[in-house]
Amino acid sequence: MLKKITVAVSSILLLAACGAGGGDDAAGDDGTITMGFAQVGAESGWRTANTKSVQEAAKAAGIDLKFSDAQQKQENQIKAIRSYVQQKVDVIAFSPVVETGWDTVLLEAKRANIPVILTDRAIDSEDTSLYETFLGSDFVEEGNKAAQWLLDNTTGAQKVVELQGTTGAAPAIDRKKGFEEVIASRPDIEIVASQTGDFTRSGGKQVMEAFLRSTPDIDVVYAHNDDMGLGAIEAIRAAGKVPGKDITIITVDAVKAGMEALAAGEINFIVECNPLLGEQLMDLAKKVVAGEEVPARVVTEEGTFTQEQAKAALPDRQY
Amino acid sequence: MNRRLLWPALALVALLVLNLVVTPSFFELRIRDGHLFGSLVDVLRNGAPTVLIALGMTLVIATRGIDLSVGAVAAIAGAVACTHLAGGGDAVTGMVLALLVCAVLGLWNGFLVAVLGIQPIIATLVLMIAGRGVAMLLTEGQIVTVDDDVFRQVGAGFVVLPVAILISLAVLGGVALVTRRTALGMLIESVGVNPEASRLAGVRARTIIWTVYVFAALCAGIAGLMISSNVNAADANNAGLWIEMDAILAVVIGGTLLTGGRYSLLGTLLGALTIQTLTTTVYTIGVPPTATLVFKAAVVIVVCLLQAPRGAPVPRREPEVVGS
Repeated sequence: MLKKITVAVSSILLLAACGAGGGDDAAGDDGTITMGFAQVGAESGWRTANTKSVQEAAKAAGIDLKFSDAQQKQENQIKAIRSYVQQKVDVIAFSPVVETGWDTVLLEAKRANIPVILTDRAIDSEDTSLYETFLGSDFVEEGNKAAQWLLDNTTGAQKVVELQGTTGAAPAIDRKKGFEEVIASRPDIEIVASQTGDFTRSGGKQVMEAFLRSTPDIDVVYAHNDDMGLGAIEAIRAAGKVPGKDITIITVDAVKAGMEALAAGEINFIVECNPLLGEQLMDLAKKVVAGEEVPARVVTEEGTFTQEQAKAALPDRQY
Repeated sequence: MNRRLLWPALALVALLVLNLVVTPSFFELRIRDGHLFGSLVDVLRNGAPTVLIALGMTLVIATRGIDLSVGAVAAIAGAVACTHLAGGGDAVTGMVLALLVCAVLGLWNGFLVAVLGIQPIIATLVLMIAGRGVAMLLTEGQIVTVDDDVFRQVGAGFVVLPVAILISLAVLGGVALVTRRTALGMLIESVGVNPEASRLAGVRARTIIWTVYVFAALCAGIAGLMISSNVNAADANNAGLWIEMDAILAVVIGGTLLTGGRYSLLGTLLGALTIQTLTTTVYTIGVPPTATLVFKAAVVIVVCLLQAPRGAPVPRREPEVVGS
């Protein structure tokens, strides 16, 4: 009996899979653009806003979006891209979870004549013909801005601890680089400890707890995203210090929870990293599919927020 | 203390000494706001979820099973409690609700293993994969942030010691009492050694297997509440990610064999604390992030090698049997 049920269920699943496959082919022929989008995951509020923006913009632009969530794993993203190549989508867009290791799968896309757009994160590859364009923030610039604020708003020696993003991810590498570039001009500002908190709240909290024990007299926390900063705030508070006063906190992203903490005075400065790049992405996709030339690098517009600016901006914040 | 427990205990001590050398203040304990405060306390608090999940895992492994779904179940527990709280619910109801859901998930795992006879690694793999999806559905892919004083106690609260570790130790004590002071422990071991023979001998193997999976899921549920309560947020993607691996590792380091049978609760506790101390050590001694995983792997492999029956540096008395 049980076997029969299993057979029945699996054949239904198989049929459904075939049906879906047939539908994909048809979609490619009738003139609408099909886009395969391989998202990193839903690791932070920022990413969720980014996903929403892409999905909404695709709907508005009449683009058929195939969306996959890689749960922060490169192998999943490679699988997703490979399946988009097999489904013969018109354009592939993705945010690479790490910088390297993409050459093979992108070559497959190139051979299948499917243009690739990188969003939000860059890849590290000699061969720039593997992708059409890179749409996203300038992470080095974000690091620069964070460090510049620290330079402008502090005097005297500063002990900085850094909460890095996922090891090997472009934002982690570049935000670190950009920050270090600028603080090099002030020898009294020193990064005394630096560890990865994997862009997550619990990661930020656990690393910060350890820092608070191993490094006395921390002056500044520089977190590569808001979520780690929020975790650090919890750790600092648990250690009996006042976040934002005893320890200055600088983060990158400006998601809602981060902005609320900024407005409440627990974070001192946030460099914005704009996730709402859906519309720009769809424009680029249409141009690329139509065979038009697009610039190799498109930078999203972004600013910075102080505590006062956060209070003003918070009511209209979408994410 | 038998030799199997000796090595993990020594590894733990070695890690602590390493920390002491690098950070002299590592053992410093202070009283702040009426509770203990220091690195060791952090190790206990952050290690509490792993201890708890490893406890559930120990009993499952003792029946010759394995539960890969505990991380996903932890994520679901956090998601259920936090979405309930975010919807204006009460903390206690939310937590009870979360644990009920976990019990049902444990029943599901137990059903697949005990009734349908599917291999445990496959049966629980189903929920390991699907569970995160369920948690994502519950939270709609968002990180649900909550602010509730009662809920915060579970993971970040203190009654002199962190509430989280007190819960874990209480469960440990409870399990030790129930399985070692009654015949239950022996029955679990007998099911692990030979389920068929146990059944013929009159042991209700099916019920026992079912019970340990439900217990493992409940442990995972409580751990999930601790994890999300610690940061006041439910993160469907990352809460309890890979914790099943840590738990299995803790059980193995603690000297319980994956082939079932005899198990050691104390060993599991030591194993779990060793793993957490290792993580904290990485942060305090400042291992570069790029080298973190290699450092951890090196320590784990040294412990396992020392513990291996034929790898320990004790003089061999018996002559080696060729080809065995």
